[in-house]
Amino acid sequence: MRANRSLEIGTGLFVLFGLAALLFLTTQLPSSGFKFSFRQTPGYTVTAEFGNIGQLKVGAPVSMAGVRIGDVTKIGFDSNSQRAEVWLRIYQRFNQIPEDSFASIDTEGLLGGQYISISPGGLPTYLKNGSQIQETQSALVLENLINKFFANYANKSGSASQGGSKEPKK
Amino acid sequence: MTESVGAIASEGKPRPRKGEPEGGQTRRRSQEGLLEGIRKAGVTAMFFAQLLAACVPALSKPRLIIAQIYNAGARSLIIIMLSGLFTGMVLGLQGYDLLHRFGSEAALGTAVALSLLKELGPVLTALLFAGRAGTALTSEIGLMRATDQLTAMEVMAVDPLRYVAAPRFLGGLIAMPLLTAIFIVIGLFGAQLVGVQMMGVDRGIFWSQMQSAVALKDVTEGIVKSLVFGAVLSLIAVNEGYHTDPTAEGVGRATTRTVVASSVLTLLLDYVLTAVFL
Repeated sequence: MRANRSLEIGTGLFVLFGLAALLFLTTQLPSSGFKFSFRQTPGYTVTAEFGNIGQLKVGAPVSMAGVRIGDVTKIGFDSNSQRAEVWLRIYQRFNQIPEDSFASIDTEGLLGGQYISISPGGLPTYLKNGSQIQETQSALVLENLINKFFANYANKSGSASQGGSKEPKK
Repeated sequence: MTESVGAIASEGKPRPRKGEPEGGQTRRRSQEGLLEGIRKAGVTAMFFAQLLAACVPALSKPRLIIAQIYNAGARSLIIIMLSGLFTGMVLGLQGYDLLHRFGSEAALGTAVALSLLKELGPVLTALLFAGRAGTALTSEIGLMRATDQLTAMEVMAVDPLRYVAAPRFLGGLIAMPLLTAIFIVIGLFGAQLVGVQMMGVDRGIFWSQMQSAVALKDVTEGIVKSLVFGAVLSLIAVNEGYHTDPTAEGVGRATTRTVVASSVLTLLLDYVLTAVFL
């Protein structure tokens, strides 16, 4: 009976462990599904509005001069201003960020993820819980850039050589 | 076509042709080998059908199945976890080295998660399972066969398929996806250990990139693969044990065949399943 009992406990542990692993795989990995939040370092939350956040994701880092000072905790949409609203949690020890600082969305490397970079302003008052960063710059969307480039290029070549657009018809 | 029929017909009366008496013999032997192979495949297929039929009444004895889940699953836990950890760690290291050259370390989480979920998790778990649990199953049932325990059960009108084979098959089938999931999760944390703690990839980027790139379909692919592997490997192990030569040598050979057939079939089926899924 005793051997039987330990066998059942062992099997139970194994099955529970396996099911927990399956649950983790199906809920935590795919982009759909709810997420458990990982342990959080204490910090304060500020918001920033962007015209376009590109591929920015929850969990992306917030950095200042290349040093990580926080992370993106929530991304929403402000229907009043028609802009994306991003909640940033700044770690408690970085509590002297000037209020007029500038937030931009940058890309890490060529294929890397996007993150928020903050450049300090000059005011003697500091960001605190609930304040909003006013100066922002949207993510650079590569496709738009390429479109713009080609549009410029086409315009230029069209105006430079007068009959440029007629040439293909010959 | 007619030639081969003629060859079979002429087999009854050996007619040694001048100059090549050896060739005819080898050919006959290879034909017998082929026939034996076909017969084995037939035996396995019939056994599979009987086994599936026996699985339904076997469900009424859950204790037997639980004992086999323990044997096949819980006892493989240590080897699976260790292998998963080191697989994940080496993926983290190699992935980092590779991605670093392109300046895209941010994709490390995605690369590790997808390769673990879709390929390495199911396949490595299956190979380890064949070595750890499959051999144990074959030699256990084979020894029962060699010591006439299975025959004794039949004499007592106890169906050995129902009480010996089916619970072991079901146990392997249930244990495999669970083992695979554990392998993958441990591997992910192993990769995080190397990538984030040692190599300095940002933890938020590691996980958020992974989560944005992995779809539920990728998880399903891994689980379906592991279910198929579980069914096939358990079938091979039980079948080899059940049909072993009732000698010490026979049990040894059956155990070897289990490992060889399981490993080859795992890799072969993996290709087929991947092709189906993509």
